[in-house]
Amino acid sequence: MRDLVSEMARRVTVNGLQIARNGTALLDVPHLTLSGPGPTLILGPNGAGKSLLLRCLHGLIAPDKGNVEQDGVPLNADHKALQAMVFQQPILLRRSVAANLDFVLKRQGLQRAARKTRIAEFLAEGGLEGKARQAARSLSGGEAQRLAILRALALDPDTLFLDEPTSALDPSATQVIERMILRASEGGVRIVMVTHDIGQARRLASDVVMMQGGHVVEHGDARGVLDDPQSDASRRYLAGGLVT
Amino acid sequence: MQGFAAEFSTAFTLILNGDPELWAIVLLSLKVSIFAVLISALIGMPVGAALAVARFPGRQVLIILMNALMGFPPVVVGLLVYLMLSRSGPLGVLELLYTPTAMIIAQVVLVTPIVAALTRQVVEMLAEEYSEQLRSLGVSRLASVPVLLWDARLALVTALLAGFGRAIAEVGAVIIVGGNINHVTRVMTTTIALETSKGNLALALALGAILIGIAIAVNAMVSTLSLRAEREGLRHA
Repeated sequence: MRDLVSEMARRVTVNGLQIARNGTALLDVPHLTLSGPGPTLILGPNGAGKSLLLRCLHGLIAPDKGNVEQDGVPLNADHKALQAMVFQQPILLRRSVAANLDFVLKRQGLQRAARKTRIAEFLAEGGLEGKARQAARSLSGGEAQRLAILRALALDPDTLFLDEPTSALDPSATQVIERMILRASEGGVRIVMVTHDIGQARRLASDVVMMQGGHVVEHGDARGVLDDPQSDASRRYLAGGLVT
Repeated sequence: MQGFAAEFSTAFTLILNGDPELWAIVLLSLKVSIFAVLISALIGMPVGAALAVARFPGRQVLIILMNALMGFPPVVVGLLVYLMLSRSGPLGVLELLYTPTAMIIAQVVLVTPIVAALTRQVVEMLAEEYSEQLRSLGVSRLASVPVLLWDARLALVTALLAGFGRAIAEVGAVIIVGGNINHVTRVMTTTIALETSKGNLALALALGAILIGIAIAVNAMVSTLSLRAEREGLRHA
């Protein structure tokens, strides 16, 4: 049933989104529709407005102008309840690994026994067995990000937003995270992820949103955007040129 | 010089032999200060946490006022509590003046701003760090208060210990509202003041040694907690 609901709710539309600070436009997206199965990768250099767009899509930041709609309805609390977000620096509660998951599962209304079972399942899924009682803040960077993703998935979201989750990780830790993201995507969770890593976009993306200077310069099928970019900005970025 | 040595020797004999009068004073001091800190925690922690997460006009003024109250002179607090509790004062009917309860009230007035201000500080830092994640998880500002208080628990215990340190070592306020009555309101600090003026240095020294011991123990606990927080990554960045 949830799959059907989430399929219906997957069309995310951005209308006339604008955010400016001190007279400088930080984000200016007249129109953007994300309707594919995902994963959607938002790609671009630092300061392109990727994270800002992601936060608007998740409703963490209210734009100065414009709005975000899901399936034709302005983003509301019901939509947000089915969304989760993982940040660049994992924000873990100052509790044990298990307690971080328990916090979310308790909010979902699960009883103690069910929570215990789910926690064990999640820890196994993230390769964190044996670390249940460890302080979450003492985990390594890769483990901490895995826990952050597991905690987000514990919300049973239909959409998972990820803001450069592997930017501070080495290749092997990145690989583990990417596998988790792909598994979630295959499991029916819509992935919208920010990255500046072209290789990562190639590995994960179904569609790519290219951004520069607060604008969406291109959006389309991953292969099309990455192999045959239509805008100068995309071409320069993908060619490895310094796009500022 | 020989006199001092004899006083020291008597002082340690008093401690080691478990002099009932001495330990009764120590026990009353601990009772009054522990009660005061517990009440201050019940008032100061929610107030501090609310000030950390709530946004309203005048918030900054309240924070400045609270910080200023941290350094409020104890004798003035003693005087104000005395005026409130004295027979002609607004709470005179309760007949609390010169009772341990009066001393607890005075210490609560002294300690609550410390607990509230330190709580506000640590919770606000934590709230800033957690803000986006908690909003992403759908946790409201109000619902975030217990989450933040629990996650700041080690820092908050440190704040309580700091409050206890101030309470147990305080003399000005409790001597005014307690009256330093033998076997009723005589605590370590007031006894030290009185016995020194009477020339009974042995009892004063014995109490002084115990007070120093408590101060060292409290500081050791603070250091241990800080170390533990650091080791477990619970410290605030």
